[in-house]
Amino acid sequence: MGYKGKFKVWRGDASGGDLKDFEVEINEGEVVLDIIHRLQATQAPDMACRWNCKAGKCGSCSAEINGKPRLMCMTRMSTFEQDETVTVTPLRTFPVIKDLVTDVGFNYAKAREVKSFTPPKDLLPGEYRMQQIDVERSQEFRKCIECYLCQNTCHAVRDHEENKDNFSGPRYLMRVAELDMHPLDTADRKNSAQEEHGLGFCNITKCCTEVCPEHIRITDNALIPMKERVVDRKYDPLVWLGNKIRRRTSSDA
Amino acid sequence: MATDTIAPGPEAPAPLSPARAQIEQKTLRTDRWWLSPLLTMLVLVAFIFYATFRAFQNADYYTGNLISPFYSPCIATKCVPGSSLGGFKPFGDWWSISPALLILIFPLGFRMTCYYYRKAYYRAFWQSPPACAVAEPHGKYTGERRFPLILNNSHRYFFYAGLIFNTILSWDAILAFRNPAGQWGHMSVGTLVLIANAVLLWVYSLSCHSCRHIMGGKLKHFSKHPLRYKGWTLVSKLNHKHMLFAWVSLFGVALTDAYVALVANGTFSNPTFF
Amino acid sequence: MTDNTENTENAVGTKSTEPVERHSYDVVVIGAGGAGLRAAIEARHAGKRVAVISKSLFGKAHTVMAEGGAAAAMGNVNPKDNWQVHFRDTMRGGKFLNHFRMAELHAKEAPDRIWELETWGALFDRTKEGKISQRNFGGHEYPRLAHVGDRTGLELIRTLQQRVVALQQEDKASTGDYEANLRVFAETTIVRLLKDASGRIAGAVGYYRETGQFVVFEAPAVIMATGGIGRSYTVTSNSWEYTGDGHALALLAGAALVNMEFVQFHPTGMVWPPSVKGILVTESVRGDGGVLRNSEGKRFMFDYVPDVFRKQYAETEEEADRWYDDQENNRRPPELLPRDEVARSINSEVKAGRGTPNGGVFLDVSTRLPAEEIRRRLPSMYHQFKELADVDITAQPMEVGPTCHYVMGGIEVDPDTQGTVVPGLYAAGECSGGMHGSNRLGGNSLSDLLVFGRRAGLHAAEYIDGLGTAGKPAVAAADVDAALEEALAPLANADGENPYTLHHELQVTMNTLVGIIRKPEEVSEALTKLEEFKPRRTKVGAAGGRRFNPGWHVALDLRNMLIVSECVAKAALEREESRGGHTRDDHPAMSSKWRQINLICSLNEDGSGIDLKHQPIPTIRPDLLGLFEVSELQKYFTDEELTVLGDSAEPVAEAKPAGEAKPAAEPEVKSEPATESKAEAKSEPEAKPEAKTEPAPIPGQSNGEKAADTAADKVAEKSTEKSATAEAEEQTAQAEAEAQTEDAETAAEEK
Repeated sequence: MGYKGKFKVWRGDASGGDLKDFEVEINEGEVVLDIIHRLQATQAPDMACRWNCKAGKCGSCSAEINGKPRLMCMTRMSTFEQDETVTVTPLRTFPVIKDLVTDVGFNYAKAREVKSFTPPKDLLPGEYRMQQIDVERSQEFRKCIECYLCQNTCHAVRDHEENKDNFSGPRYLMRVAELDMHPLDTADRKNSAQEEHGLGFCNITKCCTEVCPEHIRITDNALIPMKERVVDRKYDPLVWLGNKIRRRTSSDA
Repeated sequence: MATDTIAPGPEAPAPLSPARAQIEQKTLRTDRWWLSPLLTMLVLVAFIFYATFRAFQNADYYTGNLISPFYSPCIATKCVPGSSLGGFKPFGDWWSISPALLILIFPLGFRMTCYYYRKAYYRAFWQSPPACAVAEPHGKYTGERRFPLILNNSHRYFFYAGLIFNTILSWDAILAFRNPAGQWGHMSVGTLVLIANAVLLWVYSLSCHSCRHIMGGKLKHFSKHPLRYKGWTLVSKLNHKHMLFAWVSLFGVALTDAYVALVANGTFSNPTFF
Repeated sequence: MTDNTENTENAVGTKSTEPVERHSYDVVVIGAGGAGLRAAIEARHAGKRVAVISKSLFGKAHTVMAEGGAAAAMGNVNPKDNWQVHFRDTMRGGKFLNHFRMAELHAKEAPDRIWELETWGALFDRTKEGKISQRNFGGHEYPRLAHVGDRTGLELIRTLQQRVVALQQEDKASTGDYEANLRVFAETTIVRLLKDASGRIAGAVGYYRETGQFVVFEAPAVIMATGGIGRSYTVTSNSWEYTGDGHALALLAGAALVNMEFVQFHPTGMVWPPSVKGILVTESVRGDGGVLRNSEGKRFMFDYVPDVFRKQYAETEEEADRWYDDQENNRRPPELLPRDEVARSINSEVKAGRGTPNGGVFLDVSTRLPAEEIRRRLPSMYHQFKELADVDITAQPMEVGPTCHYVMGGIEVDPDTQGTVVPGLYAAGECSGGMHGSNRLGGNSLSDLLVFGRRAGLHAAEYIDGLGTAGKPAVAAADVDAALEEALAPLANADGENPYTLHHELQVTMNTLVGIIRKPEEVSEALTKLEEFKPRRTKVGAAGGRRFNPGWHVALDLRNMLIVSECVAKAALEREESRGGHTRDDHPAMSSKWRQINLICSLNEDGSGIDLKHQPIPTIRPDLLGLFEVSELQKYFTDEELTVLGDSAEPVAEAKPAGEAKPAAEPEVKSEPATESKAEAKSEPEAKPEAKTEPAPIPGQSNGEKAADTAADKVAEKSTEKSATAEAEEQTAQAEAEAQTEDAETAAEEK
């Protein structure tokens, strides 16, 4: 049932590091995170990795497994050949702290830059009325477990550190879309999506969607609709003209 | 294809933060990640060659009852007699090259700005990125924020134009219920080909992300617009398969054109049912 | 605005050469789950500078694991629901061992806490009228759980997280610094609470997991919100964080733990593959037709129906199967017995050798429903098994077994203020005790977090206001030194025992000897082992450096797990009855005498172990007792206790809302938690949207309030143990709570 498998795990910190080879027992039904835990318990007690729920619900154990950004707890060993070497490396896009643990502070910083939910001022708690079909779109985005795999995979920052200042990444553009589609949000988010959060960096190559462990259709349901909403606001002469006229009429009235 | 704003090829990628884990390999992926962009590129290149050749060929696009989608509507005076739509020929004798060039910008633009094709060519041609978690070879990346890629935001106008073209091509399919002599009440394999092409183009257009937005995606409250919500739901379902429709309709157009060309140049005759 | 950070050596005047970072806050909240964040938000609302200490990254707390929903008697789906019904359900669920006042506050305040989340951006599933939808759940008489699909916990944590961000944005706008008044210290573990010379809370000391550097928080108020203890068991639905830190830290600081023997084992956790052993399989699987079979293919639950339930449960498979379609004329299948009963039955089957090879039983829904229907009704279970176990539940049975899920016991707190006996120390959420009695109802934990998280934040802030400017407690340098020395010990002993080994042995000990069924000789054996573990614990070593060293972290967590395990085992040995989450093999029945007793753990004099004492359970106010049928109460209370009810029974009964008067028949079934399956409750006619009239509950409620008022006063007068300040606090809190309830009522009337 069990076999000896070959693992390569990146070990090191900001000052340097490399892939270390391990031979480790692998049993039926295990996932990559189990193997990392076994390495901790038997061979490398100080090997750093994050994890919490072990059920794909908290988004802590993000790493790159054979080069693919994945949750370690959701990657079954049975998806590899027994003689295949499994390589586990930390997320590339963020500064490494130690071994598989990276500094994901970028994401928390970006989270703060998205203007919070802004309900109508006069609406009291308990008086909120929303229809199910109106909340469903935003609900899909709220399934996000903040594993940051999308943030890590997006080439706009993965391959271009310099874009981090101006680009919030798929997770937070999706947050903007979530609020823009929230039936009771009153803030305007179209301009900020483009100008502050860098929606224009997105070239819809869909890697965020590809790696999302929650199977949220980030590109199709959040980013592209948001791009279209920005077009409404910024790049559609007809709409622009219509708004201009309407505004004039309403100010006349 | 759109011009590359990304600094080209050999320039060394910008140094990444030294604080990142220092891993030399551009990617550690062990699967055949290069296969999909390679196939995309090969197919698109093949289509471009074929389409360019046919667009400039200025021949074999009309058979009396069938017209190639590359040449419809044919709006130059020098179009083959009978091929123009209701005699509408605003371009006079001075337009001496292929009439296809007058109109192809619209379907081409629609596909160039399509959210699916953008993914396809950014990955396959610009390698930005070639595949997920595979480093792109460019030193700088500005996305779709500047000219000319910012023009991709014009997708919805090409979508509107596409609707007009779809209507015309649908009419062409109806006209295919004639025989080469122009008499109604006939049907041939060519009729089926033109119908299939028109249907595929409709499905591709209606499944597009802009259509989904216009249909209802832009609304904040679906509950206040039940009809548009229904439309949006339908388009959303189609939209799931937008990639499929994009490819199938691309092949559809090319094959339809090839069929018309082969009939027009007499390689074989269009089998008729009645 | 000022960061109050000093990074110099000996910043707190310690003798140690260790550089220690120092921060000064008004309130330090330990734990960033639902309770912790809600407490922090409330303290910040009250104008305090707050630090939140999170053992993991911000937003990863165990709260995300909650699936079902948050119980709150909003009456959106069935307008007959109100706080009294919710209170009754909660007390029954806990088998009347709950602190009545907590259950009361919880039932009254939960709706406001849920509505408030909406104003912070939460998106619950909706009813047709656009209100928050509510679902049925075990033990709840009416559909009561506000939910978002099966990821309600995630919604809750995200909403609170985003509220924290919103407050930080406000601070940024007014001060230029996001973290001026509310800062989250992610991946930081507290190792000791600090007190001043007079025994008041003065702060806490901990380390950054990332760097291994120490940090001292000076704060007059500390709120514990660290969650549960499941990591002391092998099979658990809990994450690594659940090492009982809050319990242990509070105990070490002089606080007491109450009723630690009550640990909830959920009957259906995954047992295979090993990687996911313990992960929850939702109760709805059984509600939707799933059946339990042993390795011989037998539906064994028919053999385990206790006498008290015999009347309500089917005796043949045919009748049980008919129930799904016709609940009026058939009795429910025995798979839907209360959680503790099912967990015990599975345990017995496995012990009798009729379990699956992986030590569970089969839960089969594949032969019961069409594949399409299973995917529609149980989407997350379908995916969970598909992705984690490679099992297609539409074609194969699942393997399930009991899993350690929740600890009802916890830090003993004042029900109104959440304050402990240590001045300045508060606790909320799973790490506090009393609210759930001997068994928690599904859905009550999320609302518990919100209600008591807020209360802890509020009262911590009030406590600080009461201190004035001069009276801020000071951290003693020697205490910091001692804590640092203790924490560094494993690193200095790199060749010591592997902490993972000891942890594993502890888990096995607790799982096998203090598990679902407790035998006195086994529990005694566990206690002997725990005594052996104690010296071993001090000798564990951690190889490697201080930066993000999991071996070191485990070594430090072991202390807490050992202390908490000792509490659980000692209390389990002491309580000679079976009730809720505590089942004694030698005392299988509930005892009215034991119902009157809370078991209190505290640190013994030399700090080497736990002292256990009996403490009378607070007397339930007659007006609250009056909400129950006397015949039901007789099952739990001694006749002596119920004589109190004799005088006031009549008037209180009148004060009951007319709408919720119940037939006296079948009190037994109502007395048990988790007996009402979703499906059965669905058979009740659903509330029509037009039914806006709610005349009965409102006068009833206000009458109840008045009765509560006078009764509460009486209780307060009788209370001799409470200090004068605590009493005053309690009264203001009550007045406040009542004012709020009134507000809510007016609002409801206006609607």
